[in-house]
Amino acid sequence: MTQAGRLLRAAILALAAAASPVHAADSIELLNVSYDPTRELWRDLNASFAPQYLKDKGVAVTIKQSHGGSSAQARAVIEGLEADVVTLASFIDTNAIAQRGLITGDWAKRLPNNSLPYTSTIVFVVRKGNPKGIKDWPDLVKPGVEVITPNPKTSGNGYLSFLSAWGSVVLRGGSRKDAIDYVTKLYKQVPVLDSGARGAATTFVQRGIGDVHLAWENEARLEVQEARGDLDIVYPPISIRAEPHVAVVDASVDRKKTRAAAEAYLKYLYTDAAQEIIAKHFYRPASDAVLKRHAASFPALRLFSIKEIALDFPDAHKQFIAEGGVFDRIYKPR
Amino acid sequence: MARLNRRVLPGFGLSLGYTLFYLTVLVLLPILACFSKAASLSLGEFRAAVWTERTRAAYALTFGTSLVAATVNVLLGLLVAWVLVRYRFPGRRLMDSLIDLPLALPTAVGGLVYASLYVKKGWLGRYLVPLGIQAAYSRLAIVLVLVFIGLPFVVRTVQPVLEDLDAETEEAAASLGATRWQSFRRVILPPLYPALVTGFALAFARSLGEYGSVVFVSGNMPYKTEIAPVLIVARLEEFAYGEATAIAVVLLVISFSMLVLINLLERWSKRGAAHA
Repeated sequence: MTQAGRLLRAAILALAAAASPVHAADSIELLNVSYDPTRELWRDLNASFAPQYLKDKGVAVTIKQSHGGSSAQARAVIEGLEADVVTLASFIDTNAIAQRGLITGDWAKRLPNNSLPYTSTIVFVVRKGNPKGIKDWPDLVKPGVEVITPNPKTSGNGYLSFLSAWGSVVLRGGSRKDAIDYVTKLYKQVPVLDSGARGAATTFVQRGIGDVHLAWENEARLEVQEARGDLDIVYPPISIRAEPHVAVVDASVDRKKTRAAAEAYLKYLYTDAAQEIIAKHFYRPASDAVLKRHAASFPALRLFSIKEIALDFPDAHKQFIAEGGVFDRIYKPR
Repeated sequence: MARLNRRVLPGFGLSLGYTLFYLTVLVLLPILACFSKAASLSLGEFRAAVWTERTRAAYALTFGTSLVAATVNVLLGLLVAWVLVRYRFPGRRLMDSLIDLPLALPTAVGGLVYASLYVKKGWLGRYLVPLGIQAAYSRLAIVLVLVFIGLPFVVRTVQPVLEDLDAETEEAAASLGATRWQSFRRVILPPLYPALVTGFALAFARSLGEYGSVVFVSGNMPYKTEIAPVLIVARLEEFAYGEATAIAVVLLVISFSMLVLINLLERWSKRGAAHA
């Protein structure tokens, strides 16, 4: 580098330092880019993490949250939203960010439990007293049952419902053909394909359409709570294990020099205090001890892993949901 | 410097420069970006993305419902504008300001409200559904919200022309022995044609791009009630940017050609109006 170049660089750095609003190391701001229904969860987790970090490291940390559709959030990060950490609904979304080089290496291995501080699943919400007697996946395709679930192409809730339905057949002895027949029948009984989880909830709860709503477990719990007796929750014997991974966005934390705080933030999620908050919001905690303590609110069911029906999430997406996959063939006229 | 300027107001160069800048930054640049993104696909990929049975069904639905909605709006809009201009009655001012409401309301709200009105248990749906009229989660639902969204465009283009139209011309026609139908057909309608065509074009163009309200009322069933913008979003969800913009490019090209056609029609109708 030439003398002039070095001088110029020093000048720019000095300017940047002067303009930077961060006062040395005693206060720091993190941006957590997450998906829609986790707003309240992260509000509570942040309120619990910040005082802890101040006590341990003497650094006041403010955490900004951003929420939206999971893959729209991933696109925002890819296009330059400077997230320190991403806590998205699906491996595919986090992976898409990693594929653009913003998260490096074997990121899922960096944190305990494969970077999953919590998991979740898809359960059924039915009308009061379960008038159609819906207990298990085969009940969904009985004549006259209307099923509400969002579009697998545009919603995480939607594609997990689809994969759950698929797994419920092939993991209980059904062939691939049986599974295709089942999902074809199932989606014929879906009168509306909302674009996202919230839209589907509105259709089911406010509009009173459908007999059963295939929802995220945590959303289902809130839905039933808010309905004050008008809705019931039904746990099918088998469903998919949803895996909302968390990850530090390397490119952002290195540029913003926030790596230490961002990593501490995600590690904190595995502490007992954080796991308790997670359980209180109806997400299944990674800690066995905490899960056991809340056993009453998390009925046991067979949660199957994506690896039991495909290589991994991207492979499942390609086979079932992506253009030309199984889902596309369901609606083909004739 | 001392250039001769025959215009009363100066500033041609400045205003043209500004207009070009404005059009480039606001319209041309984003469209160009869209085309260049789509150009990242090979010809085969492009074809595969934009021309499947499903996308064709979506284009047909998008253009079909937009055409129907714009046509309905021309009729309804003319009626509303007529009532607002020609009659004086209490509440007219209020009615007049209500017309613009669809422009101000987030369209998603419009879609949500329409859906809740027309479902089985909704205020209107409870009477319509037993009659077999499914006005939620159907093609009819799409047309309904598009009519809602396009209405102001026709009313606001026709209204000023109607205001300029003297009631005396109809009286003259009547005194010369024209029937009511004749004076409407021959005297009132011809000067309105250009405004009606403009209103139609605006309402139509607005409907083509509408997403927010439609996704909430259409039900989004592939091949039946899935509009083209929903397909774009579906492809984006897969991080297939190229494919998503490819569909957008097709929509843009078709829309642009249709708007050019309508513009030609408008010019032709203006000439017709001038001769009348």
